[in-house]
Amino acid sequence: MRLKSTLENYLFILPAVTIFIIFYLIPFIWVFKLGMYEWDGIMPTKVFVGLGNFKEIFLEDKIWWQSMTQAGYITLIALTFQNVLAFLLALSCDREIRMKNFYRLMFFIPPVLSEVVVGLVWQWILDGNYGLLNHWLGQLGLGHLSRSWLSDPRTALTCVAIVHSWKGFGWGFLIFLAGLQTIPRELYEAARIDGANAWHSFKKITLPLMAPVAVLVGILTVLGTMQAFILIIAMTDGGPAYHTQVPVLRILASMRGSSRFGYACAQGITFGAILMAVSFIQYRLSNKMRSTYN
Amino acid sequence: MFKVRKSFGLTQLLFIGFLISLAGCSRQPAVNPQEKATITVWHWMTDREPALQELARRYEEKSGVKVNFELYAPSDAYAQKVRTAAQGGSLPDIFSILGEKVDFASFIKAGYILDLTPYMEENNGEWKNEFFAKALAVNEFSPSNKYGVNAGFYGVPIDIMTIKMLYNKDLFRKLGLNPDMPPVTFTEFLEIGRKAKQAQIQGLVSGWGEAWMIGCLANNYAFNIMGETKVLATIRGEVPYTDPDWIKVLGLFKEMQDSGLLASGVVTMVNKTAEQLFANGRAVFAFNGSWCVNVYKAMNPNLEYAAMLPPAASDKFPVSIWGGAGSSFMVNAKSEKKEEAVKFLKWLTDLDQQAYLAQMTSNLPANKYALSKVSAILGQLAGDMERATHPNIWDISESPRVLEIFNKGIQSIIIGEKTPEQVAEETQRMKEKEMARKSG
Amino acid sequence: MYYKAKRSAINLLIHLFLISVTATCLFPLAWMVSSSLKTQEGVFRDMSLIPKVCHFENYILAWEKGGFGRYALNSILYTAAVVIGIIIVASLAAYAFSRLRFRGRNLIFFIFMAAMMIPIPGSFVPLYVLLNKLHLRNTALGYILCMVNVGLSTSIFLLKTFFDKLPRELEDAARIDGCSKLGIWWHVALPLAKPVLAVVVVFNALNVWNEYVLALVIFDNKNLMPLQRALMLFQGEFLTNYPLLMAGLTITALPIIIVYLVMQKYIVKGVTSGAIFG
Repeated sequence: MRLKSTLENYLFILPAVTIFIIFYLIPFIWVFKLGMYEWDGIMPTKVFVGLGNFKEIFLEDKIWWQSMTQAGYITLIALTFQNVLAFLLALSCDREIRMKNFYRLMFFIPPVLSEVVVGLVWQWILDGNYGLLNHWLGQLGLGHLSRSWLSDPRTALTCVAIVHSWKGFGWGFLIFLAGLQTIPRELYEAARIDGANAWHSFKKITLPLMAPVAVLVGILTVLGTMQAFILIIAMTDGGPAYHTQVPVLRILASMRGSSRFGYACAQGITFGAILMAVSFIQYRLSNKMRSTYN
Repeated sequence: MFKVRKSFGLTQLLFIGFLISLAGCSRQPAVNPQEKATITVWHWMTDREPALQELARRYEEKSGVKVNFELYAPSDAYAQKVRTAAQGGSLPDIFSILGEKVDFASFIKAGYILDLTPYMEENNGEWKNEFFAKALAVNEFSPSNKYGVNAGFYGVPIDIMTIKMLYNKDLFRKLGLNPDMPPVTFTEFLEIGRKAKQAQIQGLVSGWGEAWMIGCLANNYAFNIMGETKVLATIRGEVPYTDPDWIKVLGLFKEMQDSGLLASGVVTMVNKTAEQLFANGRAVFAFNGSWCVNVYKAMNPNLEYAAMLPPAASDKFPVSIWGGAGSSFMVNAKSEKKEEAVKFLKWLTDLDQQAYLAQMTSNLPANKYALSKVSAILGQLAGDMERATHPNIWDISESPRVLEIFNKGIQSIIIGEKTPEQVAEETQRMKEKEMARKSG
Repeated sequence: MYYKAKRSAINLLIHLFLISVTATCLFPLAWMVSSSLKTQEGVFRDMSLIPKVCHFENYILAWEKGGFGRYALNSILYTAAVVIGIIIVASLAAYAFSRLRFRGRNLIFFIFMAAMMIPIPGSFVPLYVLLNKLHLRNTALGYILCMVNVGLSTSIFLLKTFFDKLPRELEDAARIDGCSKLGIWWHVALPLAKPVLAVVVVFNALNVWNEYVLALVIFDNKNLMPLQRALMLFQGEFLTNYPLLMAGLTITALPIIIVYLVMQKYIVKGVTSGAIFG
């Protein structure tokens, strides 16, 4: 009886594990091994270099670490600007207000749009000569702020980060909304009868119950934003002069540009390890915060 | 309700999925011995797909051999597919290597590419002589090449292209300049730039967001200032990038920026945007390749423009332009239909077919005899072919990492972040590292 | 009185906030649709939002030139198959990680999570070789399985988090009634998790719908290609046919928006209230 029960349990995860082993684990092992070789992706022979690639990444590849910092910056903007915006919007739409469904549809348009369109439109808005942003700044009498937003090393990264957040807040909005919807209305009713005001119920009911969702969104945001690259290709292709480079672009450059497949794999492994560490810390920190809060 | 609907849909879809997968399995290529050979060609040239399909039809009529052109675009994805297929052992009969010559060399050494030299040389080099020497040179490895490849021809060009300066005749008139007398010296060039800036017109646009285009112009001027020999010597490591001639090359970009010649935002500009701006008459100069003819025609058929050489910064050596390298096809060495494939390529590069392609898609033909059948502006772009050069025809190529530092360094110079001397130093440092890595 | 006025003022502010964000979201969509109705020369020169002459025929042209019929069918098949596959596989696994006890549970879950964080560059090559060996390469099933794997870890993560939050009373009640584990999963856990299932559907649908490179590498037969291929046909090597491309993009965006609209209803319903206290 016990055995049957345990076997049943394993059956639940069997399909997932099978697919995972075949389509992720095996390629992963292949790539992992390859990180220790120097290979151009074409020749049948590979040169074993052991930890040489990793040494190079840590000691010499300055651009790699620049790309990591820059991706970190974009992620920071996403964690703050994007997610706060998403939460506020979710709160607004959770209430009984008119045109709720309309707003819900609108906010999901940016994620649905292809990066091609988003890149083109924002390039046009931010263009230095004929862009809309500069045009409006001029109209508002703030013409001295005009510049070539995507070509100016001081503003390029921030602009990319903001556009990225704009494209992504729809997801956070969706998940926050789903979370808010599963909070039983009765709790709010009970609190109101007890005399609590809006701010009070927000603090005592909404926040604690949304905490795990916020952790979830936080982790997904970090993972998703650190790995972003398609939008960046569409807007600046990592320029000007490396100012909007991100790790995945560097990996692609190693694979295709310099034909150093093994090195690209090593970069990928390093990246993954760092992301794992960051997520782990994130998870632990949020658990700690939650237990002290409660 | 949700439950019932879901299980219904679920069963249906699983069943359909199962059927399709069965169908997919059985759609694996079955060899029919009675049919004449079918050649499969993988290409990425979306613009030419209709023309190529038409040519395939004509060839089948003439020879009975079916040619399957399969389009996989864009070119990045195509390159990825070719590499993956090579690893998986399923390359088609004819395909192309998009990329650097060093990748081409790797493919040859790995045994994927057929040596076409015997076909080129037979009948006193009949096939070989149809082509512009520079076009063929891209697919050729000379006896002294440093890639470790046996000398010979390994690919067939089907078009050529050149990268030159273009200028807008209308804007020239507006600035009070003679539209038939483009600038010949660098000083004149800068002067026009200043004039344009004063008149608040954008000067030079180009896709310099894509670093290689910067590298192209820089290389043109490098040849102009120090000559081909010294440039190649630098690549071999015999001359440092900190040499004053190189600093002069880098300095040219600073001068262009300071004079107001460069359009704002040129450093992150994609070529498509540059083409748009030039086609809409918003920039005086464009640095672009011969494919632009088609593009400008579609965007603005009334555009009045002409081609010119990059204005010379020095009179010691002639200015060079990049040219010769267009699209090429290679034959799979492991294909069972090698002979048919070669025959087809011979036909494809013949006069009539080349002329057809040139007319349909405004690309420059690789067959030099077809040049008489192209339009005037294309003729201007194809002229100066004897000055043309291209990294893919040199015996040695610079490491991509050095090139990246160099080209992105120029971006830094343009935005005022670094000086030419700094960029030269950084490039030289990476160069030394790369040389150590290659020998170590 | 004061309370009512304050409420209306707050509502007004909220609406202003929502509308301004909506405007930024609508703008690119409007530009896309407006460009699709212009001509090639007009796209970048005519700055008006509603062109003087609306070339609706661009949509028909795009449909035919791009061969949308076939590719759209393929995309719909792949998306539906992958979404259904993931819902079943991921929810089974997530339920197990959340509610069932077995050896190695935390370790295996951790490995799944790690997979979310480690991107494998160049995974195309081993996948290609693998699929070749399994004789699944140029087939729909191979592609579907690969795409199921792509969305698996994130979906399991999302589902497990929500399963963890579910109150156990309902499950205990079902178990007492003699329901098997699978039965509890099907009759209790899944229906309660509708909001998050809807999110999983939308997330994976979008991923599969917009995927292109893996399809290009795995499929040789263009009859198996997804919708994105049609869009690629408008982006020539040198020349992009903007109006047709924009028309194609608009057509491509519509089904996903419809999926989202449908799934939205489940997010709205929010099921737990009534089930526990009612």
